[in-house]
Amino acid sequence: MSVIQIVLLLIVAGITGIGSVVDEAQTHRPLVACTLVGFVLGDIQTGIILGGTLEMMALGWMNVGLAMAPDTAIASVISTILVINSHQGIGEGIAIAVPLAAAGQALTIFVRTITVFFIHKADDMAKKGNYKGIEHAHLLAMSLQALRVMIPTLIISLISATAVQDFLSSIPEVITRGLQIGGGIIVVVGYAMVINMMDVPYLKPFMYAGFLFAAFTNFNLVGFGALGLIAAMVYLQLKYNGQPQVAAPAGVVFDDDDLDA
Amino acid sequence: MTEKRLTKKELTSMFLRSNFLLGSFNFERVQSLGFCYVIIPALKKIYPEGEERNQALTRHLEWFNTQPWLTAPIFGVTAAMEEEKANGKDIDGSAIQAMKIGLMGPLAGVGDPIFWGTARPVLAALGGSLALTGSIVGPLLFFILINAIRLSVKYFGLFYGYEKGMEIIKDMAGGRIKKLTEGASIVGLFVMGALISKWTSINIVLQATKMKNAAGKVQVQTVQNVLDSIMPGMLALGLTLFVAWLLKKGVNPLLIIIVIFIIGILGYAGGVLG
Repeated sequence: MSVIQIVLLLIVAGITGIGSVVDEAQTHRPLVACTLVGFVLGDIQTGIILGGTLEMMALGWMNVGLAMAPDTAIASVISTILVINSHQGIGEGIAIAVPLAAAGQALTIFVRTITVFFIHKADDMAKKGNYKGIEHAHLLAMSLQALRVMIPTLIISLISATAVQDFLSSIPEVITRGLQIGGGIIVVVGYAMVINMMDVPYLKPFMYAGFLFAAFTNFNLVGFGALGLIAAMVYLQLKYNGQPQVAAPAGVVFDDDDLDA
Repeated sequence: MTEKRLTKKELTSMFLRSNFLLGSFNFERVQSLGFCYVIIPALKKIYPEGEERNQALTRHLEWFNTQPWLTAPIFGVTAAMEEEKANGKDIDGSAIQAMKIGLMGPLAGVGDPIFWGTARPVLAALGGSLALTGSIVGPLLFFILINAIRLSVKYFGLFYGYEKGMEIIKDMAGGRIKKLTEGASIVGLFVMGALISKWTSINIVLQATKMKNAAGKVQVQTVQNVLDSIMPGMLALGLTLFVAWLLKKGVNPLLIIIVIFIIGILGYAGGVLG
């Protein structure tokens, strides 16, 4: 790896590290992170395929409230580096990604804990009206999240590719193939997270309806989205517009629907 | 005293900063420091240096947590209320605090199913399935669409909240939020059901039956063939419901993931899964 490549990798690592905490631009999702790493290393094709594979495993992973999902940033960046530089298959990529996602989760929990220190600093600065200090505290905490991915990336970049290759090649086929099979199944954990988040018992039939439609038709995802939207509209109309409108005074037609958009 | 009004400049600066709201996420006050960071451009403009500004800074370091993209209208309303307060209107600091806390829950209730439950998994599955073939269209499609949705929600949400101010509470009270949450959950659950069936790959290669057909050819049926002829995807559905139950019981998702991988390895080694 050239020095420029290592620098670029560190930039990508920093972006995904920040991405995984702010959860805004979605640069920490495997689909984006692996593609970026592949691009830097000159094998974007492998990056995209590994990204797609890992993305399909992690579809429903999310941070809701205070619950942390396994970390996709470290897993995506490092597994892509190893797969491309050591000429490994997607199966090996999955095999490395899984323990990395666990390690990344532990690291982000660690950083989110020490960030408490910055909050207390900010309290003092607010009393003195030092808004610049508050801004710095926030940005400093955020840069720790960048370092969380950059440091492991740097270490991996400096390890000799042949040593890694020997190690990865020593993983028996039954493990890599087995992990690939497991990879096709673990997406259910993400589904379960989503379903638990939308835990409204009287709306559950819609999930089974979606399941049945998918089981016996050939709709694609766009079709399912549209069908779901129609189901939602019909449900809301029947539920809320069913009663006779007693209170509607004549002449009032204006309904500001901004939020419904 | 001349009136101090916020302009598009401060609001735009808040919009830009809100892209880093969760940067200082922590387990004590979650998004509090981030909230303060985002609102600083507004506070700087409307409060002169001094005790009032310091109090405002302290006020926005309180505990705060909601779906990050839907903080936009809250930022708008907060800015509008602070502006009124700075211009001498009789608004108590605790009223601003109460408004933030009051909007947090309902907005997370809408944002989580819409964005985390529906938009992101659907776009990711769409992009991911294209990416499996090595096409750059996959990641691009996901990245562009999800960010188009996100940025427009954040931008218009902020200005909408600022213009409506306290009135937004009335909008919320009209049952609209409940409708929106229900609608979003229906789309999310429906699509999730479809994903469970189509995007999970479980294949039990264990042999179920072996017989000669009329032509004398040996036909082998795997357990998976039999299950699929009853109801495609039923194993995935059963497993999803089981995992959902485990998660509700407080089992660590990582543990479940590891167990599934072990099952994958043992299943392949034993010739059960393929």
